[in-house]
Amino acid sequence: MPELLKVLVIDDEPGMRTGITRALRDCIIDLPDIGQQVCFEVSQSGTAEKGYEIIQQSQPNILLLDHKLPGMTGLELLKKLELKNSDMLVIMITAYASVDTAVEATKNGAYDFLAKPFTPAELKNMLQKASGRLMFQRQARKLAEEKKRLRFEFISVLTHELKSPLAAVEGYLNIMKNRDLGDNTSAYDHIIDRSLIRLEGMKKLIFDLLDLTRIESKQKKREITQVEINLLSQHCIETANVEAQKRGIVIKADIEKGIIFPSDANEIEIILNNLLSNAVKYNRDNGRVDMAIKHDSEKLIIKVSDTGIGMTEEESAKLFNDFVRIKNAKTHKILGSGLGLSVVKKLALLYNGSVSVESQPDVGSTFTVELGKVL
Amino acid sequence: MLKKVLIVDDDPDFLDQMEIMMQKDFDLIRATNQKEAEKLLETVTVDAAVLDLMMESADAGFALAYHIKKKNPATPVIIITSVMSETGMDFEAKTPEEHSWIKADAILSKPIRYEQLKHEIQRLMEEKNA
Repeated sequence: MPELLKVLVIDDEPGMRTGITRALRDCIIDLPDIGQQVCFEVSQSGTAEKGYEIIQQSQPNILLLDHKLPGMTGLELLKKLELKNSDMLVIMITAYASVDTAVEATKNGAYDFLAKPFTPAELKNMLQKASGRLMFQRQARKLAEEKKRLRFEFISVLTHELKSPLAAVEGYLNIMKNRDLGDNTSAYDHIIDRSLIRLEGMKKLIFDLLDLTRIESKQKKREITQVEINLLSQHCIETANVEAQKRGIVIKADIEKGIIFPSDANEIEIILNNLLSNAVKYNRDNGRVDMAIKHDSEKLIIKVSDTGIGMTEEESAKLFNDFVRIKNAKTHKILGSGLGLSVVKKLALLYNGSVSVESQPDVGSTFTVELGKVL
Repeated sequence: MLKKVLIVDDDPDFLDQMEIMMQKDFDLIRATNQKEAEKLLETVTVDAAVLDLMMESADAGFALAYHIKKKNPATPVIIITSVMSETGMDFEAKTPEEHSWIKADAILSKPIRYEQLKHEIQRLMEEKNA
């Protein structure tokens, strides 16, 4: 569906006006760079004064403006329009294009010039250029708005996620303060544990958030070295084992010997830690986690499988976005920041890589991260 | 016999706290999301419901309130939310216009004061019985 652009022609020669109108009627112009088409609706005026009225009423996208007009000149109209705050592109039509006029018109915001006489093909060329610019501006604005909206959404969800643990801890502290469970201190053990767990979750959220901000702002200098993957992954497994052992979960590793992968050790560690801690967190008690890492034609392939609660296809589809936590009866006691996998995905992109998941409810999930050359 | 009150919130700690604070006044029935609550309501009849607004979706509480009121318009429904302080979005179930789309008898803001909530539940149950 071609986008309709409004064109206004201001010229005192009726022949010029009808000529342009005829050339643009039923004409569709391709904008291959943007993958769009445009067509035109043309209105016309013989004087700058009448033209000014039309501009105020219908706000055309493109103005074809003759310089020499009976009353107010094209240049005077241009000044009056104060184009700085408008998206309208003005193309000056003129028979006697002097350098002075051109400089003056450009100063006042004219986009380009079309010298009389011109052929319909020349006119269409000019309009193709102007439409391309207009559509590009529109897309840029849309993107900026979308970015703003996403940012607002991110911040409101973040606020919610930070406030929930605070409210929980506050509630528990009040119960303690008022001795609502009586004078036996052991009655409070459970709510103290829960408070500590919620604070731990909050801490994790803040750390994830820092990781995310660092990646996105690209402020932190990446230290690319020859990373010994065996050593690094052993370290990550040890970290994950603390939680795993409490719940009888066994972590098995199958890591190709002697892998040296040029990367930022800190980034690889974040990826492995996130995958392993998820595999433990969403596992069943006495379950199993398998981690396999191999090096294949300059690619590092990491696979982490669990025997946990798994997900439906619908749930896995939205998994890698910010703050997506699959909320259901199976996950509601499990704490997560909702940022971990989003961080993993963003890091993988820094290695021209990808993240994918295969999952089956109540059977388990396998996450695969493929990393290529560091970007 | 204590009155049955359904309480739905996606934060299990909040539910635990409600239980500690309110179990001497009410027989609390817990659920952590809209779906779970709807399933419960197939077999259990409650005297009142206290619902969190944002659960699996941003307006799960409203949807659930609608569901409960459709089953029995006389069941008092209270929605609790922290949305107001977070987004500046403001709504109360007071004007007829608001009542036309918010199927709740009262909206309370988090953090909840138990005394106030208890009072509100009792007031609404008496009103409906009168």
